[in-house]
Amino acid sequence: MTSAAAGEPLVRLAGVNKWYGDLHVLQDIDLTIDRGEVVVVIGPSGSGKSTLCRTINRLESIEQGEITIDGTPLPAEGKALAALRSDVGMVFQSFNLFAHKTILENVMLGPVKVRGKSKADAEKRARELLDRVGVGHQADKVPAQLSGGQQQRVAIARALAMDPKVMLFDEPTSALDPEMINEVLDVMTSLAREGMTMVVVTHEMGFARRAANRVVFMDGGRIVESSDPETFFTAPSSDRAKDFLSKILNH
Amino acid sequence: MQFISDNSDLLWSAFLTTLSLAVLSGLVALVLGTVLAAMRVSPVLPLRGLATFFVETFRNTPLTVVFFFLVFGIVQLDLQFPSRFTAAVAALGLYTAAFVCEAVRSGINAVPPGQAEAARALGLGFGQTLTTVVLPQAFRTVVPPLGNVWIALAKNTSIAAGFATTELTAALQRLTNSNGNQILLVFAVIVLAYLVITLPSAWAIRVIERKVAIIR
Repeated sequence: MTSAAAGEPLVRLAGVNKWYGDLHVLQDIDLTIDRGEVVVVIGPSGSGKSTLCRTINRLESIEQGEITIDGTPLPAEGKALAALRSDVGMVFQSFNLFAHKTILENVMLGPVKVRGKSKADAEKRARELLDRVGVGHQADKVPAQLSGGQQQRVAIARALAMDPKVMLFDEPTSALDPEMINEVLDVMTSLAREGMTMVVVTHEMGFARRAANRVVFMDGGRIVESSDPETFFTAPSSDRAKDFLSKILNH
Repeated sequence: MQFISDNSDLLWSAFLTTLSLAVLSGLVALVLGTVLAAMRVSPVLPLRGLATFFVETFRNTPLTVVFFFLVFGIVQLDLQFPSRFTAAVAALGLYTAAFVCEAVRSGINAVPPGQAEAARALGLGFGQTLTTVVLPQAFRTVVPPLGNVWIALAKNTSIAAGFATTELTAALQRLTNSNGNQILLVFAVIVLAYLVITLPSAWAIRVIERKVAIIR
Protein backbone atom coordinates (compact mmCIF):
# COMPACT_ATOMS: atom_id res chain seq x y z
CA MET A 1 0.00 0.00 0.00
CA THR A 2 2.65 2.46 1.00
CA SER A 3 5.72 3.15 -1.01
CA ALA A 4 8.08 2.70 1.92
CA ALA A 5 10.81 0.32 0.94
CA ALA A 6 11.77 -2.46 3.30
CA GLY A 7 14.89 -0.59 4.29
CA GLU A 8 13.07 2.57 5.28
CA PRO A 9 12.41 3.29 8.94
CA LEU A 10 8.99 2.25 10.21
CA VAL A 11 8.63 5.26 12.48
CA ARG A 12 10.32 8.56 11.85
CA LEU A 13 10.18 11.69 13.98
CA ALA A 14 11.80 14.74 12.43
CA GLY A 15 12.22 18.10 14.16
CA VAL A 16 9.39 17.42 16.61
CA ASN A 17 8.62 20.21 19.08
CA LYS A 18 5.86 20.40 21.63
CA TRP A 19 4.93 22.93 24.29
CA TYR A 20 2.57 22.81 27.25
CA GLY A 21 2.01 26.54 27.54
CA ASP A 22 5.48 27.91 28.24
CA LEU A 23 6.94 24.51 28.99
CA HIS A 24 8.91 23.18 26.04
CA VAL A 25 8.34 19.45 26.66
CA LEU A 26 9.77 18.08 23.41
CA GLN A 27 12.70 19.89 21.84
CA ASP A 28 13.89 19.15 18.30
CA ILE A 29 13.31 15.42 18.54
CA ASP A 30 14.77 13.39 15.66
CA LEU A 31 14.28 9.67 15.98
CA THR A 32 13.95 6.80 13.55
CA ILE A 33 12.86 3.30 14.40
CA ASP A 34 13.51 0.47 12.00
CA ARG A 35 11.37 -2.57 11.40
CA GLY A 36 11.88 -5.14 14.14
CA GLU A 37 13.83 -2.73 16.27
CA VAL A 38 13.24 -2.48 20.01
CA VAL A 39 13.92 1.03 21.29
CA VAL A 40 13.86 1.62 25.02
CA VAL A 41 13.38 5.22 26.11
CA ILE A 42 14.64 6.07 29.57
CA GLY A 43 15.18 9.23 31.52
CA PRO A 44 14.18 11.03 34.70
CA SER A 45 10.52 11.86 35.30
CA GLY A 46 9.50 15.00 33.47
CA SER A 47 12.07 14.37 30.76
CA GLY A 48 9.34 14.05 28.11
CA LYS A 49 9.70 10.34 27.44
CA SER A 50 6.02 9.48 27.97
CA THR A 51 4.98 12.49 25.91
CA LEU A 52 7.30 11.36 23.13
CA CYS A 53 5.73 7.91 23.17
CA ARG A 54 2.22 9.36 23.06
CA THR A 55 2.98 11.62 20.09
CA ILE A 56 3.68 8.57 17.93
CA ASN A 57 -0.04 7.73 17.74
CA ARG A 58 -1.04 11.33 18.29
CA LEU A 59 -2.61 10.92 21.70
CA GLU A 60 -0.52 14.07 22.10
CA SER A 61 -0.45 16.59 19.29
CA ILE A 62 2.76 18.31 18.27
CA GLU A 63 3.33 21.93 17.35
CA GLN A 64 6.26 21.50 14.99
CA GLY A 65 7.90 18.75 13.02
CA GLU A 66 6.70 15.63 11.29
CA ILE A 67 5.99 12.08 12.33
CA THR A 68 5.62 9.36 9.72
CA ILE A 69 4.65 5.74 10.23
CA ASP A 70 5.49 3.30 7.47
CA GLY A 71 6.02 6.24 5.13
CA THR A 72 2.66 7.88 5.89
CA PRO A 73 2.65 11.23 7.70
CA LEU A 74 0.50 11.11 10.84
CA PRO A 75 -2.87 12.68 9.96
CA ALA A 76 -4.12 15.44 12.26
CA GLU A 77 -7.56 13.97 12.93
CA GLY A 78 -10.54 12.09 11.58
CA LYS A 79 -10.84 8.72 9.87
CA ALA A 80 -7.30 8.72 8.52
CA LEU A 81 -5.89 9.19 12.01
CA ALA A 82 -8.12 6.42 13.40
CA ALA A 83 -6.98 4.10 10.61
CA LEU A 84 -3.35 4.83 11.33
CA ARG A 85 -3.82 4.33 15.06
CA SER A 86 -5.27 0.90 14.40
CA ASP A 87 -1.83 -0.14 13.14
CA VAL A 88 -0.07 1.18 16.23
CA GLY A 89 -0.55 -0.84 19.39
CA MET A 90 -0.47 0.99 22.68
CA VAL A 91 -0.01 -0.31 26.22
CA PHE A 92 -0.62 2.18 29.02
CA GLN A 93 0.82 2.53 32.48
CA SER A 94 -2.65 2.19 34.02
CA PHE A 95 -3.78 -0.67 31.70
CA ASN A 96 -6.99 1.14 30.66
CA LEU A 97 -8.92 -2.04 30.02
CA PHE A 98 -12.58 -1.27 29.29
CA ALA A 99 -14.13 -1.56 32.73
CA HIS A 100 -17.62 -2.54 31.55
CA LYS A 101 -16.48 -5.37 29.29
CA THR A 102 -15.10 -8.82 29.98
CA ILE A 103 -11.49 -9.71 29.28
CA LEU A 104 -12.53 -11.51 26.11
CA GLU A 105 -14.69 -8.59 24.93
CA ASN A 106 -11.80 -6.22 25.59
CA VAL A 107 -9.59 -8.13 23.18
CA MET A 108 -12.36 -8.59 20.58
CA LEU A 109 -13.53 -4.98 20.49
CA GLY A 110 -10.89 -3.54 18.16
CA PRO A 111 -10.94 -6.33 15.55
CA VAL A 112 -14.77 -6.30 15.43
CA LYS A 113 -15.39 -2.53 15.53
CA VAL A 114 -12.36 -1.29 13.61
CA ARG A 115 -11.30 -4.18 11.38
CA GLY A 116 -14.81 -5.43 10.74
CA LYS A 117 -13.91 -9.01 11.65
CA SER A 118 -16.70 -11.47 12.42
CA LYS A 119 -17.33 -12.12 16.10
CA ALA A 120 -16.39 -15.78 15.68
CA ASP A 121 -13.03 -14.98 14.06
CA ALA A 122 -12.30 -12.26 16.57
CA GLU A 123 -13.13 -14.55 19.48
CA LYS A 124 -10.92 -17.35 18.18
CA ARG A 125 -7.97 -15.02 17.78
CA ALA A 126 -8.68 -13.32 21.13
CA ARG A 127 -8.64 -16.66 22.96
CA GLU A 128 -5.33 -17.58 21.27
CA LEU A 129 -3.80 -14.30 22.36
CA LEU A 130 -5.15 -14.57 25.91
CA ASP A 131 -3.69 -18.08 26.15
CA ARG A 132 -0.45 -16.78 24.84
CA VAL A 133 -0.16 -14.14 27.56
CA GLY A 134 -1.31 -16.67 30.14
CA VAL A 135 -4.75 -15.38 31.08
CA GLY A 136 -6.93 -17.56 28.84
CA HIS A 137 -8.76 -19.03 31.82
CA GLN A 138 -9.82 -15.53 32.96
CA ALA A 139 -11.57 -14.64 29.69
CA ASP A 140 -15.03 -14.21 31.18
CA LYS A 141 -14.03 -12.06 34.12
CA VAL A 142 -14.11 -8.27 34.17
CA PRO A 143 -10.84 -6.31 34.44
CA ALA A 144 -11.24 -5.37 38.12
CA GLN A 145 -11.25 -9.06 39.06
CA LEU A 146 -7.71 -9.52 37.73
CA SER A 147 -4.39 -8.56 39.28
CA GLY A 148 -2.47 -5.66 37.81
CA GLY A 149 -0.01 -7.97 36.08
CA GLN A 150 -2.81 -9.98 34.54
CA GLN A 151 -4.60 -6.81 33.41
CA GLN A 152 -1.46 -5.52 31.75
CA ARG A 153 -0.98 -8.82 29.91
CA VAL A 154 -4.58 -8.56 28.69
CA ALA A 155 -3.81 -5.02 27.53
CA ILE A 156 -0.89 -6.41 25.51
CA ALA A 157 -3.18 -9.06 24.01
CA ARG A 158 -5.75 -6.38 23.17
CA ALA A 159 -3.10 -4.40 21.29
CA LEU A 160 -1.77 -7.50 19.52
CA ALA A 161 -5.27 -8.42 18.34
CA MET A 162 -5.03 -5.56 15.86
CA ASP A 163 -1.85 -7.03 14.31
CA PRO A 164 -0.03 -3.74 14.81
CA LYS A 165 3.05 -2.72 12.86
CA VAL A 166 4.58 -1.21 15.96
CA MET A 167 3.82 -1.41 19.67
CA LEU A 168 4.17 1.51 22.08
CA PHE A 169 4.62 0.77 25.77
CA ASP A 170 4.19 3.76 28.06
CA GLU A 171 5.73 2.73 31.40
CA PRO A 172 3.94 -0.63 31.30
CA THR A 173 5.23 -1.84 34.66
CA SER A 174 5.26 1.37 36.68
CA ALA A 175 1.84 0.76 38.25
CA LEU A 176 2.54 -2.86 39.14
CA ASP A 177 3.45 -4.53 42.40
CA PRO A 178 7.08 -5.70 42.24
CA GLU A 179 6.22 -9.39 42.04
CA MET A 180 4.07 -8.81 38.96
CA ILE A 181 6.59 -6.86 36.93
CA ASN A 182 8.39 -9.88 35.56
CA GLU A 183 5.30 -11.63 34.21
CA VAL A 184 4.69 -8.56 32.03
CA LEU A 185 8.34 -8.11 31.06
CA ASP A 186 8.50 -11.78 30.05
CA VAL A 187 5.66 -11.28 27.59
CA MET A 188 7.35 -8.15 26.23
CA THR A 189 10.70 -9.91 25.92
CA SER A 190 9.18 -12.75 23.93
CA LEU A 191 7.47 -10.22 21.66
CA ALA A 192 10.81 -8.53 21.09
CA ARG A 193 12.44 -11.86 20.25
CA GLU A 194 9.75 -12.53 17.65
CA GLY A 195 10.68 -9.35 15.84
CA MET A 196 7.92 -6.97 16.92
CA THR A 197 8.89 -3.33 16.46
CA MET A 198 8.63 -1.76 19.89
CA VAL A 199 9.05 1.59 21.60
CA VAL A 200 9.23 1.06 25.34
CA VAL A 201 9.28 3.83 27.91
CA THR A 202 10.40 2.21 31.11
CA HIS A 203 12.50 2.32 34.25
CA GLU A 204 13.31 -1.38 33.96
CA MET A 205 17.01 -1.33 33.17
CA GLY A 206 17.17 -5.12 33.18
CA PHE A 207 14.64 -5.23 30.35
CA ALA A 208 16.56 -2.55 28.46
CA ARG A 209 19.75 -4.60 28.67
CA ARG A 210 18.05 -7.86 27.79
CA ALA A 211 15.71 -6.86 24.98
CA ALA A 212 16.63 -3.47 23.55
CA ASN A 213 18.47 -2.92 20.30
CA ARG A 214 18.88 0.70 21.25
CA VAL A 215 18.55 2.85 24.33
CA VAL A 216 17.41 6.44 23.99
CA PHE A 217 18.15 8.64 26.99
CA MET A 218 16.02 11.76 27.40
CA ASP A 219 16.38 14.72 29.71
CA GLY A 220 14.65 18.10 29.71
CA GLY A 221 12.64 17.33 26.58
CA ARG A 222 15.70 16.41 24.50
CA ILE A 223 17.22 13.19 23.34
CA VAL A 224 20.59 13.37 25.07
CA GLU A 225 21.98 10.03 24.04
CA SER A 226 21.08 7.18 21.72
CA SER A 227 23.19 4.05 21.62
CA ASP A 228 23.18 0.29 21.96
CA PRO A 229 22.41 -0.92 25.51
CA GLU A 230 25.88 -2.27 26.21
CA THR A 231 27.54 1.03 25.37
CA PHE A 232 24.91 3.04 27.18
CA PHE A 233 25.10 1.14 30.44
CA THR A 234 28.87 0.63 30.53
CA ALA A 235 30.18 3.77 28.86
CA PRO A 236 27.57 6.53 28.61
CA SER A 237 28.96 9.54 26.82
CA SER A 238 26.97 12.37 28.44
CA ASP A 239 27.40 13.57 31.99
CA ARG A 240 23.65 13.68 32.43
CA ALA A 241 23.32 9.98 31.58
CA LYS A 242 26.26 9.09 33.83
CA ASP A 243 24.61 10.97 36.70
CA PHE A 244 21.23 9.31 36.02
CA LEU A 245 22.73 5.83 35.85
CA SER A 246 24.77 6.31 39.00
CA LYS A 247 21.59 7.16 40.87
CA ILE A 248 19.54 4.20 39.69
CA LEU A 249 22.13 1.46 39.35
CA ASN A 250 23.95 1.86 42.64
CA HIS A 251 21.45 0.16 44.88
CA MET B 1 -65.89 7.06 48.74
CA GLN B 2 -68.91 7.47 46.53
CA PHE B 3 -67.23 10.12 44.40
CA ILE B 4 -64.38 7.79 43.41
CA SER B 5 -66.68 5.35 41.65
CA ASP B 6 -68.70 8.28 40.28
CA ASN B 7 -65.54 9.75 38.75
CA SER B 8 -63.56 6.60 38.01
CA ASP B 9 -63.51 7.30 34.27
CA LEU B 10 -62.06 10.78 34.78
CA LEU B 11 -59.54 9.57 37.35
CA TRP B 12 -58.38 6.67 35.22
CA SER B 13 -57.99 8.70 32.04
CA ALA B 14 -56.24 11.47 33.99
CA PHE B 15 -53.85 8.91 35.45
CA LEU B 16 -53.12 7.48 32.00
CA THR B 17 -52.59 10.97 30.61
CA THR B 18 -50.09 11.81 33.34
CA LEU B 19 -48.32 8.50 32.85
CA SER B 20 -48.12 8.81 29.07
CA LEU B 21 -47.01 12.45 29.31
CA ALA B 22 -44.20 11.38 31.62
CA VAL B 23 -43.15 8.32 29.61
CA LEU B 24 -43.27 9.99 26.17
CA SER B 25 -41.53 13.19 27.21
CA GLY B 26 -39.09 11.07 29.24
CA LEU B 27 -38.12 9.19 26.07
CA VAL B 28 -37.78 12.44 24.13
CA ALA B 29 -35.63 13.87 26.93
CA LEU B 30 -33.45 10.77 27.21
CA VAL B 31 -32.65 10.60 23.50
CA LEU B 32 -32.29 14.35 22.99
CA GLY B 33 -30.38 14.80 26.25
CA THR B 34 -27.89 12.09 25.27
CA VAL B 35 -27.36 13.62 21.84
CA LEU B 36 -26.85 17.03 23.48
CA ALA B 37 -24.33 15.55 25.92
CA ALA B 38 -22.44 13.98 23.01
CA MET B 39 -22.46 17.36 21.27
CA ARG B 40 -21.17 19.10 24.40
CA VAL B 41 -18.12 16.83 24.60
CA SER B 42 -17.48 16.70 20.84
CA PRO B 43 -14.39 18.34 19.36
CA VAL B 44 -16.58 20.38 16.97
CA LEU B 45 -16.95 23.89 18.34
CA PRO B 46 -20.27 24.81 16.63
CA LEU B 47 -21.88 21.62 18.00
CA ARG B 48 -20.64 22.39 21.49
CA GLY B 49 -21.92 25.95 21.23
CA LEU B 50 -25.33 24.90 19.95
CA ALA B 51 -25.80 22.29 22.69
CA THR B 52 -24.66 24.71 25.40
CA PHE B 53 -27.08 27.34 24.10
CA PHE B 54 -29.95 24.82 24.16
CA VAL B 55 -29.16 23.60 27.66
CA GLU B 56 -28.79 27.05 29.16
CA THR B 57 -31.97 28.24 27.46
CA PHE B 58 -34.22 25.45 28.68
CA ARG B 59 -32.57 24.86 32.04
CA ASN B 60 -32.90 28.50 33.02
CA THR B 61 -36.44 29.13 31.77
CA PRO B 62 -39.42 28.29 33.99
CA LEU B 63 -41.28 25.28 32.65
CA THR B 64 -44.52 27.26 32.58
CA VAL B 65 -42.90 29.78 30.25
CA VAL B 66 -41.76 26.96 27.96
CA PHE B 67 -45.35 25.70 27.87
CA PHE B 68 -46.63 29.21 27.11
CA PHE B 69 -44.21 29.56 24.27
CA LEU B 70 -44.95 26.18 22.69
CA VAL B 71 -48.72 26.52 23.07
CA PHE B 72 -49.23 30.23 22.29
CA GLY B 73 -45.90 31.76 21.31
CA ILE B 74 -45.22 29.72 18.22
CA VAL B 75 -48.61 30.60 16.77
CA GLN B 76 -47.05 33.94 15.80
CA LEU B 77 -44.52 31.98 13.78
CA ASP B 78 -47.41 30.24 12.03
CA LEU B 79 -46.58 27.03 13.83
CA GLN B 80 -48.79 24.88 15.97
CA PHE B 81 -48.66 21.48 17.56
CA PRO B 82 -51.37 19.05 16.40
CA SER B 83 -52.75 18.82 19.94
CA ARG B 84 -52.28 20.27 23.39
CA PHE B 85 -51.03 16.87 24.46
CA THR B 86 -48.20 16.88 21.90
CA ALA B 87 -47.35 20.44 22.85
CA ALA B 88 -47.10 19.28 26.46
CA VAL B 89 -44.87 16.35 25.49
CA ALA B 90 -42.64 18.72 23.53
CA ALA B 91 -42.43 21.26 26.37
CA LEU B 92 -41.67 18.62 28.98
CA GLY B 93 -39.29 16.76 26.67
CA LEU B 94 -37.24 19.82 25.65
CA TYR B 95 -37.10 21.18 29.19
CA THR B 96 -36.09 17.85 30.72
CA ALA B 97 -33.55 17.13 27.95
CA ALA B 98 -31.44 19.97 29.32
CA PHE B 99 -31.25 18.25 32.70
CA VAL B 100 -30.66 14.81 31.16
CA CYS B 101 -27.82 16.32 29.14
CA GLU B 102 -26.10 17.67 32.22
CA ALA B 103 -26.55 14.41 34.14
CA VAL B 104 -25.15 12.36 31.26
CA ARG B 105 -22.32 14.85 30.78
CA SER B 106 -21.35 14.50 34.43
CA GLY B 107 -21.30 10.74 33.84
CA ILE B 108 -19.09 11.17 30.78
CA ASN B 109 -16.71 13.30 32.82
CA ALA B 110 -16.61 10.61 35.49
CA VAL B 111 -15.31 8.00 33.04
CA PRO B 112 -11.52 7.89 33.46
CA PRO B 113 -9.87 9.57 30.43
CA GLY B 114 -7.73 6.48 29.91
CA GLN B 115 -10.82 4.57 28.77
CA ALA B 116 -11.37 6.87 25.80
CA GLU B 117 -7.63 7.01 25.11
CA ALA B 118 -7.46 3.23 24.93
CA ALA B 119 -10.41 3.20 22.52
CA ARG B 120 -8.83 5.87 20.31
CA ALA B 121 -5.51 4.05 20.40
CA LEU B 122 -7.27 0.97 18.98
CA GLY B 123 -8.45 3.07 16.04
CA LEU B 124 -12.03 3.78 17.10
CA GLY B 125 -13.36 7.13 15.89
CA PHE B 126 -15.00 9.74 18.10
CA GLY B 127 -18.51 8.35 17.62
CA GLN B 128 -17.46 4.73 18.16
CA THR B 129 -15.46 5.65 21.24
CA LEU B 130 -18.47 7.47 22.65
CA THR B 131 -21.07 4.80 21.90
CA THR B 132 -19.08 1.66 22.70
CA VAL B 133 -16.84 2.74 25.55
CA VAL B 134 -17.72 6.07 27.14
CA LEU B 135 -21.53 6.29 27.15
CA PRO B 136 -22.15 2.72 28.40
CA GLN B 137 -19.95 3.50 31.38
CA ALA B 138 -21.34 7.03 31.81
CA PHE B 139 -24.95 5.80 31.96
CA ARG B 140 -24.10 3.37 34.71
CA THR B 141 -22.83 6.13 36.95
CA VAL B 142 -25.74 8.48 36.28
CA VAL B 143 -28.61 6.15 37.11
CA PRO B 144 -29.30 7.94 40.44
CA PRO B 145 -29.30 11.49 39.02
CA LEU B 146 -31.34 10.34 36.00
CA GLY B 147 -33.77 8.83 38.50
CA ASN B 148 -34.11 12.27 40.09
CA VAL B 149 -34.74 13.82 36.69
CA TRP B 150 -37.39 11.21 35.92
CA ILE B 151 -39.24 11.76 39.19
CA ALA B 152 -39.08 15.53 38.75
CA LEU B 153 -40.46 15.05 35.23
CA ALA B 154 -43.33 12.88 36.47
CA LYS B 155 -44.36 15.69 38.81
CA ASN B 156 -43.70 18.46 36.27
CA THR B 157 -46.41 16.96 34.07
CA SER B 158 -48.82 18.80 36.39
CA ILE B 159 -47.99 22.06 34.54
CA ALA B 160 -49.92 20.65 31.60
CA ALA B 161 -53.06 21.11 33.70
CA GLY B 162 -52.84 24.82 32.98
CA PHE B 163 -52.73 24.17 29.23
CA ALA B 164 -55.91 22.22 28.60
CA THR B 165 -54.53 18.73 29.18
CA THR B 166 -56.69 16.77 31.57
CA GLU B 167 -54.10 14.97 33.62
CA LEU B 168 -54.13 14.29 37.36
CA THR B 169 -53.73 17.86 38.56
CA ALA B 170 -56.47 19.04 36.19
CA ALA B 171 -58.65 16.26 37.57
CA LEU B 172 -57.79 17.47 41.07
CA GLN B 173 -59.02 20.98 40.24
CA ARG B 174 -62.16 19.68 38.68
CA LEU B 175 -63.01 17.28 41.50
CA THR B 176 -62.33 19.76 44.29
CA ASN B 177 -64.74 22.14 42.58
CA SER B 178 -67.46 19.56 42.29
CA ASN B 179 -66.82 17.82 45.65
CA GLY B 180 -66.10 20.74 47.97
CA ASN B 181 -67.10 18.73 51.01
CA GLN B 182 -64.56 15.98 50.34
CA ILE B 183 -61.46 18.00 49.48
CA LEU B 184 -59.09 15.98 51.67
CA LEU B 185 -60.20 12.73 50.13
CA VAL B 186 -59.79 14.15 46.61
CA PHE B 187 -56.28 15.25 47.50
CA ALA B 188 -55.46 11.85 48.94
CA VAL B 189 -56.62 10.06 45.80
CA ILE B 190 -54.65 12.31 43.47
CA VAL B 191 -51.48 12.17 45.58
CA LEU B 192 -51.82 8.39 45.69
CA ALA B 193 -52.04 8.32 41.89
CA TYR B 194 -48.78 10.29 41.61
CA LEU B 195 -47.15 7.97 44.13
CA VAL B 196 -48.22 4.96 42.06
CA ILE B 197 -45.94 6.39 39.34
CA THR B 198 -43.05 7.75 41.39
CA LEU B 199 -42.58 5.20 44.18
CA PRO B 200 -42.14 2.15 41.93
CA SER B 201 -39.80 4.32 39.85
CA ALA B 202 -37.62 5.00 42.86
CA TRP B 203 -37.52 1.29 43.58
CA ALA B 204 -36.78 0.41 39.94
CA ILE B 205 -33.95 2.95 39.90
CA ARG B 206 -32.32 1.25 42.88
CA VAL B 207 -32.61 -2.14 41.19
CA ILE B 208 -31.15 -0.85 37.92
CA GLU B 209 -28.36 0.88 39.81
CA ARG B 210 -27.33 -2.36 41.50
CA LYS B 211 -27.63 -4.36 38.31
CA VAL B 212 -25.46 -2.21 36.08
CA ALA B 213 -22.82 -1.21 38.63
CA ILE B 214 -19.28 -1.57 37.27
CA ILE B 215 -16.61 -3.06 39.43
CA ARG B 216 -13.57 -0.81 39.20
